[in-house]
Amino acid sequence: MNPFQPIGRVFLKFLETTGRLVSFLTLGLMHAVRPPYYPRIILRQMIDIGFFSLPVVGLTAVFAGMVLALQSYTGFSRFSAEGAIANVVVLSITRELGPVLAGLMVAGRIGASLAAEIGTMRVTEQIDALTTLSTNPMKYLVAPRLIAGITMFPILVLIADIIGVFGGYLVAVHKLGFNAANYLQNTWDFLTAEDVQSGLVKAAVFGFIVSLMGCYHGYNSKGGAQGVGRATTNAVVSACILILCSDYVLTEMFFTK
Amino acid sequence: MNETPKIEMRGVHKTFGKKVVLNGVDLDVNVGESVVIIGGSGTGKSVTLKSILGLLTPDSGTIKVDGENVIGIGSSDRERINHKFGMLFQGAALFDSLPVWENVTFGLLAEKRCNRKDAHDIAIEKLAMVGMKADVADLMPSELSGGMQKRVGLARAIASDPDIIFFDEPTTGLDPIMADVINDLIVKVTRDVGATALSITHDMASARKIANRVAMLYEGKIIWQGPVEDIDHSGNAHVDQFIHGRADGPIQMAVRA
Repeated sequence: MNPFQPIGRVFLKFLETTGRLVSFLTLGLMHAVRPPYYPRIILRQMIDIGFFSLPVVGLTAVFAGMVLALQSYTGFSRFSAEGAIANVVVLSITRELGPVLAGLMVAGRIGASLAAEIGTMRVTEQIDALTTLSTNPMKYLVAPRLIAGITMFPILVLIADIIGVFGGYLVAVHKLGFNAANYLQNTWDFLTAEDVQSGLVKAAVFGFIVSLMGCYHGYNSKGGAQGVGRATTNAVVSACILILCSDYVLTEMFFTK
Repeated sequence: MNETPKIEMRGVHKTFGKKVVLNGVDLDVNVGESVVIIGGSGTGKSVTLKSILGLLTPDSGTIKVDGENVIGIGSSDRERINHKFGMLFQGAALFDSLPVWENVTFGLLAEKRCNRKDAHDIAIEKLAMVGMKADVADLMPSELSGGMQKRVGLARAIASDPDIIFFDEPTTGLDPIMADVINDLIVKVTRDVGATALSITHDMASARKIANRVAMLYEGKIIWQGPVEDIDHSGNAHVDQFIHGRADGPIQMAVRA
């Protein structure tokens, strides 16, 4: 057997998947901006993605903030730079940990449920049924979820930022003995609008990735319960990987600016 | 009779990978007629139906609905054509996130032929046509038995007064009595709404009851068609074997020893 054959096959498969994905997302975005809209479904998805993710995101953020304060104290106390803890916490949370940790947690929660729901609709012919009932499934199923993902993620991350900084404050004031007013003043002084903005842009991109992966894998699932299971796994794994990759790309964009 | 057939299929081919599923299907369905396609599993019955509905695109051949070509048309034309169709899916394919009444009137709401206020009453009216009580309207599909789901599916298929109704294995998975109830309902509702019907099934009792004309699909081709009365003396060995359900005969099932 030709040793280049499997390499070529993998490469062609990769190109094929990329092509499918791009045409899927173009179609999804086109339907998202063109009427008719489904406000009822968009609202329900927003509540699902936004409101019901709050506990998960909140817990993740508060512990991330607390750990961050402790760890940076361990590091900074070695060269007597404890004063920088407030700076480190607020910068890491808003620029990096808020969007990424919230993104990964919600990728598990939302990516999986989107893929499972749409995948089940696919294998039980509900998606075909939509078409026969004069409803475009891309418009009815995919577009509202993309819209909800893109809009709700930044809001979630904004809340995560606040809770994360609060977690850092808790540890700094109650465990490490910082003065509460000083710590808050430091946090406020170091915080710039750009930090928060870059985090929120990241959040919107991550939200898009999570809903896109959930919808794409669910929509293309086949082969019964096993197929839906595979779609769910693929949705979560690919969403997580894409979040981390795009995080680097976005960070570099903001870095060089 | 020089009327344009409701559905006209000529030389329709479809392959999946190397597997030839449809190998030149020619079939006419005339106005007001009820045609049943019979054939074993995997002979391309579902693919035939899905090609007409536009869920699959054939590789070659023509399909005309009311004399109008429907292969390769744009999505808005496809939507207009699909307004003429109603479809009862094998597993009913009810939307499990919506209550029964919203399922029944889904097509009407999508086409804006009624508003949400009236939809509930219309749904009850349509449910009565399939012999269901008004209190079913507020249940969720998961609370219904298989036979009841089929009936709701039937109510949904006829809700928008379609010209053509498709039935995909309407009696599969039902007990013999419920199967007969469904058969009776199919005959009744197609007559009530004055629709043309195209069904696929491998249940001969069902085929005899709902068909005016029977066509047998074998190895991707229509090998016999004729009035239902002629089916017992078709003179075709394949048809004979199928309607009597014999393992021996010209049709060899791919069974591994």
